[in-house]
Amino acid sequence: MITADLFWQSLTKEGFYFFSGVPCSILKSALSNIPSDIKYVPAVREDSALGIASGSWLTGRKSTILIQNSGLGNIINALTSFNLIYKIPVLLIITWRGEPGKPDAPEHTIMGELTLPILETLKIPYKIIDDNFNTQVEWAKTEMEAKKIPIALILKEGVIK
Amino acid sequence: MKRHEALKVILENLTNELVITTTGMISREAFNAKDRPENFYMVGSMGLVTPLSLGIALNCKKKVVGIEGDGSMFLNLGSMAMVGAEKPDNLITIVIDNGCYESTGGQYCISQEVNLTRLAESSGYLSVAQVENEKDLKEKVLVFLKKTGPSFILVKVDSSRQEGIPRVSFTPEEIKERFIQAISYD
Repeated sequence: MITADLFWQSLTKEGFYFFSGVPCSILKSALSNIPSDIKYVPAVREDSALGIASGSWLTGRKSTILIQNSGLGNIINALTSFNLIYKIPVLLIITWRGEPGKPDAPEHTIMGELTLPILETLKIPYKIIDDNFNTQVEWAKTEMEAKKIPIALILKEGVIK
Repeated sequence: MKRHEALKVILENLTNELVITTTGMISREAFNAKDRPENFYMVGSMGLVTPLSLGIALNCKKKVVGIEGDGSMFLNLGSMAMVGAEKPDNLITIVIDNGCYESTGGQYCISQEVNLTRLAESSGYLSVAQVENEKDLKEKVLVFLKKTGPSFILVKVDSSRQEGIPRVSFTPEEIKERFIQAISYD
């Protein structure tokens, strides 16, 4: 488990200060404790969040979106016809509702099973967030700089205190 | 007024402003009307011009002009509301409205029934205008560039297209690289 404070500190330590997203209950404690030096733009859709974060990246800021995996469906076209062809890296923090083996609401079952396969199909590297979030963010930043594509970190229920 | 004439009027009255153009013929006609490093041709991802221009405007001092079509604006109508909520003072959204999906064969678009200027007003754009000729378009572009934004212009054009115009000759990565350079110029 990591605290909301550590969640944000690990991101700002690597230079991520600009965020956009659509809320998920898994991110509740993080979203209610956003540090004052962070800019968070509430988006109406996940692909809009990705567009906003991509615009921010073009100005030289490392940028992140915070979305639920149900919204992964909403960003596929933005990834395939924008970020992956223009080579615009954005950090994707995607929560994992409907994780196989864990009981969850029926609407999350299919996307829960497909979350990792979709990222693999899109050839987007990812890691599942654990206690070493610090080094995982560092890994994501290095990958983004090297490959110039979005990198995903998957957040399971209960990882942020 | 034809769409490519409207794009020419807009681009010829800008100096160092950043421009994002939507997918389809708008990017192609803008490229052929007046190519400049400050133009970001968004060749795919319909509906993302306004979010992208918002993300740029929030992080840079330059004026940012997002050029949408009526179809792409309706595809992501919520993006107008995000602009209204964030209120970047350096953002102008321009919708070139030909009443149809001309790039894909001229299919009917609901812009013929629903006027986008009222949606822009209620979304929170501070200055909103509708123009139907080149003279008024030029005037509004020049006035809105001086105003505190966000501003919105609906440009009514006919549904014709320029025949035989080439695609944008730069690769997406080239478009991005020169645009990043252009952001840093004074």
